[in-house]
Amino acid sequence: MNKTKLILIGNGMVGHQFLASLAESGEAERFEVTIFCEEPRLAYDRVQLSAYFSGKTAEDLAMGQPAQYAAWGYHVRLNEKVVSIDRDNQTVTSSTGATLAYDQIILATGSFPFVPPVPGHDREHCLVYRTIEDLEAITASAAKGRSGVVVGGGLLGLEAAKALRDLGLETHVVEFAPRLMAVQLDDAGGKVLRDKIAELGVKVHTGKNTQQIVDGDNAVHRMEFADGEVLETDVILFSAGIRPRDELARSCGLDVGERGGIVIDNDCLTSDKNIFAIGECALWNGRIFGLVAPGYNMAKVAVARLLGEDKQFLGADMSTKLKLMGVDVASIGDAHGHTPGARNYTYLDEACGIYKKIVVNESGKQLLGAILVGDAEDYGTLLQYALNGIDLPEFPDSLILPQRGGDGKPAGLGVAALPETAQICSCHDVSKGDICQAIDGGAATLGDVKSCTKAATGCGGCSALLTNLVNHELESRGVEVNRNLCEHFDFTRQELYHLVRVDQIKSFDELLHKHGRGKGCEICKPTAASILASCWNEFVLKKPHVGLQDTNDTFLANMQKDGTYSVVPRVAGGEITPDKLIVLGQVAKQFNLYTKVTGGQRIDLFGARLEELPQIWRILVDAGFETGHAYGKSLRTVKSCVGSTWCRYGVDDSVGLAIEVENRYKGLRSPHKIKFAVSGCTRECAEAQSKDVGIIATENGWNLYLCGNGGMKPRHGDLFATDLDKDTLIKYIDRFLMFYVKTADRLQRTSVWMDNLEGGLDYLRQVIIEDSLGLGAELEEQMLQVVGTYECEWKKTIEDPEALKRFRPFVNADATDSNVVFVMERDQIRPATAAEKAANTPAVPVKMVS
Amino acid sequence: MTTNTKLISLCSKADLVPNSGVCALVDGRQVALFYLPEDEQVYAIDNHDPFGQANVLSRGIVGSIADVPVVASPLYKQRFSLVDGQCFEDEAVKLATWQVTLLDDVLMIDPTPR
Ligand SMILES: Cc1cc2nc3c(=O)[nH]c(=O)nc-3n(C[C@H](O)[C@H](O)[C@H](O)COP(=O)(O)OP(=O)(O)OC[C@H]3O[C@@H](n4cnc5c(N)ncnc54)[C@H](O)[C@@H]3O)c2cc1C
Ligand code: SF4
Ligand code: SF4
Ligand code: FES
Repeated sequence: MNKTKLILIGNGMVGHQFLASLAESGEAERFEVTIFCEEPRLAYDRVQLSAYFSGKTAEDLAMGQPAQYAAWGYHVRLNEKVVSIDRDNQTVTSSTGATLAYDQIILATGSFPFVPPVPGHDREHCLVYRTIEDLEAITASAAKGRSGVVVGGGLLGLEAAKALRDLGLETHVVEFAPRLMAVQLDDAGGKVLRDKIAELGVKVHTGKNTQQIVDGDNAVHRMEFADGEVLETDVILFSAGIRPRDELARSCGLDVGERGGIVIDNDCLTSDKNIFAIGECALWNGRIFGLVAPGYNMAKVAVARLLGEDKQFLGADMSTKLKLMGVDVASIGDAHGHTPGARNYTYLDEACGIYKKIVVNESGKQLLGAILVGDAEDYGTLLQYALNGIDLPEFPDSLILPQRGGDGKPAGLGVAALPETAQICSCHDVSKGDICQAIDGGAATLGDVKSCTKAATGCGGCSALLTNLVNHELESRGVEVNRNLCEHFDFTRQELYHLVRVDQIKSFDELLHKHGRGKGCEICKPTAASILASCWNEFVLKKPHVGLQDTNDTFLANMQKDGTYSVVPRVAGGEITPDKLIVLGQVAKQFNLYTKVTGGQRIDLFGARLEELPQIWRILVDAGFETGHAYGKSLRTVKSCVGSTWCRYGVDDSVGLAIEVENRYKGLRSPHKIKFAVSGCTRECAEAQSKDVGIIATENGWNLYLCGNGGMKPRHGDLFATDLDKDTLIKYIDRFLMFYVKTADRLQRTSVWMDNLEGGLDYLRQVIIEDSLGLGAELEEQMLQVVGTYECEWKKTIEDPEALKRFRPFVNADATDSNVVFVMERDQIRPATAAEKAANTPAVPVKMVS
Repeated sequence: MTTNTKLISLCSKADLVPNSGVCALVDGRQVALFYLPEDEQVYAIDNHDPFGQANVLSRGIVGSIADVPVVASPLYKQRFSLVDGQCFEDEAVKLATWQVTLLDDVLMIDPTPR
């Protein structure tokens, strides 16, 4: 069967969604897909573009991956633009001169920023804000300048203003209309927003019509306005709206709108039945949709139509909620009350900078639209009223009036009231029905629902609503969500932690008798051991704790596949003296151990038999080494780069700090292993952003990143706080770690733990920085107790004859395990394979221990 | 069934670790011994983990499934009944067990596996 030749023009966010949906449909083999991508890289997340200025890289923003596209069987032509379409012969021609035949075309060419044609608009350092290349140009210009102006006070303009401010420029916004965000807000809302933004140091000039841009006296440019005023600045960013990129469609004679845009019908087809248009370039019903969600829907419709399925694009809701420079702004539906008979209710609090307005219909029963500035908490509820035509309460203003004391929110909309079709997440078009289906299909936690429906993984605006809904649905199914640790305890790790603290429980037996049943198991015993250790930090080999631990914790070493152990002494910050290095070499030689340098900047010695461990550690402890806790769920290493002491770029002493924090937190038992790293400057040689706790030196202090990890699912840490002095840094880490230890589930790494906290990173900031739970002092105190009671487990063990008894291989014989056999490879030992053992390959002689 | 004459002494009670395991050599075979004081019981099963092919079971964690005492291998976590050596993850795998008794403070074993 001949494959349909499908050409996608434009690999932006919507083009990418199209490709992903096609692949997900399982029908992609029916098509021979070629992608023309004008930009030098595959699709990336334009919505998060501003995050580039807070440290995200082009890779972080990437959505399309070359390997993924290849796996899907698509051909990509990067850096290659389609310049014409010949509809009669069904071919396209590209900027490289290549001509390709097609059966179907998908136009996803997006839009370009509109630059008003004022004289001087094309001067150097006059820029736009749409692509990664634009950002690079902005960064370069900003580095040379002191001040910047954004032309355009709409949604994108304000985001651009934030970027300029983050780049350290004195920032102005110049808007033609009399208010900010003229499309979404009314005068009162615009004013509140303006005041708030001014408080943040951004100067706003409304009602300004730029006449021309000329050389400035004190800066690069001088902008001259119609009212005679002038403004001098070094950088100008145009953000005066977008225009659909319909030039290809125009030149091949497709229908386009009067003011631009490729005309499409409900099937997303253009006036040519072989050509679809989707995303920001498409004009549906006389409207352009400048948001991703409607574009994603068009992409899904186009895929469905290609496969002959029945699906239509019927418009989209343009309600938005966003945070502009920390100010919540939301706009829903008919925010300006254009519907005949519409009536408003407004609430204004100038002191706190809060403005809320709802627009209701003539009967007062239906919500038509709303505007929220300064406090957008009601967005989710209001949106559901508007979208689903739910009857308003008797006094609609109760929805926006503050609730002080008394009976709380009278009219808060219960999730139960939402119809099945109610859209919960607009980014990924997930309805209440989809979520219920996921739960019926076995999703039992918020995390499950998120990963199988993608809800709340876009802008995150719907996460509070989603959480409520998921909880409600689980409860209403009578599912008592089973988070029990195992058959012996009907509690989560967090609950057990609490019980241990509150009841002052000091042993597993006590815990089992009071709160559990049976004998325990390999799940609850190590969990209890970890909780007991993090609460009371008692010596882990103390009698009542023996038997709780995983073999690694019991023998304070990591068991390898043949039953021998590896030994990893602590090398704080990766700094080690030559003398200590020599000791490690001598020990390895004496006991014939395999040695390897670890990723955590330490040295791992493999192949130690159980009975050798105490002898090895006696030598190591004498030489000043301590246990590295490589065996425990606890702090592993604090990796560091060499820092300002040696490195010519370093701005602070990363090694010194690494050693200090490693020594502070060593031995802390936690739900999972914890890794740290410290870099001496933003070049980030220590890869701190891939750690649970990453610290990077800046000119003004330390930046703190949290909840990154490597391993199976790598994740970059989130920038948590910037330019901290050392005391504050340590305080935040104390609180963070203790909060994690107290509340995380068994084997939950910090990243998953944070994703499961309602409110995620913001919530963590509230708890740790703003101390919203009032727990700060307690967390610090508990950490101090752990720090103060630290003991090296190996030092204690070699001094304790009782504990040493455990390292005898046999209780009744003085022999060694004959099944442990080594052979040589690359001049070191390795375990013999079963075949080698069977063939009796000459083994390495049993080691002679002096 | 068994007569006491077959039993030989292995070690003292003090050599055992409550709620955990130790290992003994019996006729050249490694036997894992688990002492559960609550049941006043000692169990003896093969120390060899057939999955990981290493002699490690005495270093596993002791627990229970329903009311059956078990040990979990420290290598890949399969669980074996201490009573009859049956593996819970793989029906086809059953380890040798030995009969042991505490006579006063001495642990006696029948050196022939069951
Ligand atoms: C800073 C910023 C913030 C934003 N914030 C939000 C937000 O918070 N919420 C929201 O919903 N939306 C937001 N948007 C809008 C959102 O990014 C767009 O709606 C979305 O990117 C549109 O996707 P698209 O695929 O239609 O177009 P684009 O992403 O622009 O992709 C079009 C691609 O086609 C390529 N192309 C064009 N012509 C050709 C040709 N002839 N041959 C080959 N390739 C071609 C272009 O180079 C481009 O790569 C934001 C946009 C910006 C710039
Ligand atoms: S992160 Fe900076 S200070 Fe550290 S080694 Fe790299 S360049 Fe030098
Ligand atoms: S990546 Fe796999 S093989 Fe390598 S150490 Fe980790 S678990 Fe072992
Ligand atoms: S609405 Fe954006 S993530 Fe759900």
